Amino acid sequence: MRRVLSPVSIAVLCLLAGLLVLLGYGLASNSPDRSIDEALARGEREPAPALDLPVLDGEGSGSLSDHRGKVVVLNFWGSWCRPCRNESPLLQRWHRRMLPKGGTVLGVDILDTTPDALAFIERYDLRYPMLKDKDGDSLESYGVIAYPETFVIDRRGRIAAAQRGPVDDEFMRTEVAPLLGES
Amino acid sequence: MRRAAALMVAACVLALPTAAIAQNCPRTTLADIEDEVMCPVCGTPLGLASESPQAERERAYIEDLIGDCRSKEEIKTALVSQFGDDVLALPGDASGESDLGDVLVYLIPALALLAAAAGIAFATVRWRRRSGGAPPQATGEPAAAGSARLDADLDRYDL
Repeated sequence: MRRVLSPVSIAVLCLLAGLLVLLGYGLASNSPDRSIDEALARGEREPAPALDLPVLDGEGSGSLSDHRGKVVVLNFWGSWCRPCRNESPLLQRWHRRMLPKGGTVLGVDILDTTPDALAFIERYDLRYPMLKDKDGDSLESYGVIAYPETFVIDRRGRIAAAQRGPVDDEFMRTEVAPLLGES
Repeated sequence: MRRAAALMVAACVLALPTAAIAQNCPRTTLADIEDEVMCPVCGTPLGLASESPQAERERAYIEDLIGDCRSKEEIKTALVSQFGDDVLALPGDASGESDLGDVLVYLIPALALLAAAAGIAFATVRWRRRSGGAPPQATGEPAAAGSARLDADLDRYDL
């Protein structure tokens, strides 16, 4: 015998279908972009996404393209991020080491209050350039979901390495030092 | 006696500016604000982000501003300058003008509630019509009669 669903059942099924579509959309739109990692796994260097942000400790803005021709260690951090405290002195040491060889660390302070960020910089005596991404807009293009995360950019503006989590001396020696010798 | 009176007068004079400042200081509390702003890293309202270090720093920032006698609106403005519009948890807060998204945030739950109420009313009317409008009563009829009625029902629904 053929059964016809009642209007209530149809409405409930439509509602469930709608919720499933919303759930799928939410999952798809919130999953991080992993194209950088996939390119690196294939041994390719993708162009680094553009970055144009206000300078953290002053007026005006700064961008990644300001450092074109240099090896850039792009570090996303926040003063509230505990692993960043251990990593920052190491980055400062490497910044000093890279500077005469055409390299720099570029910090991007994310979702942070400026007074906290400036206190952090003073505490760890960080001298490398700092930008402020107040609402975290740059995170999406780099697929950043954890803090800190670091991207090594070669002299031609391409991403040569990425570290999802704090960097250590070995990462800097194996991923950054060889790029300083590249032209 | 004179000394005590002089001390009292001095205390009153010293207390006057404090009272005046307290009167001009807009009164707001962390609890009043933290339900209306987000913890941007946690992705939840600040009031729900209890353990996160970023939430702790944001609370400390708000408390500093409260200590500086800032009003609730001034504190929200300061938070927007630090974290962007997304720090505001209430729809319509960001630009001051309501856009379609802000209207939909209120409209969709209201429509869903109306639809749910209509569905329940419709289902109730149908159920009452089917059961003849009278609530089932305990008659204490013998098991055999109940069994016969169950058989008849099963036949009727072709199960």
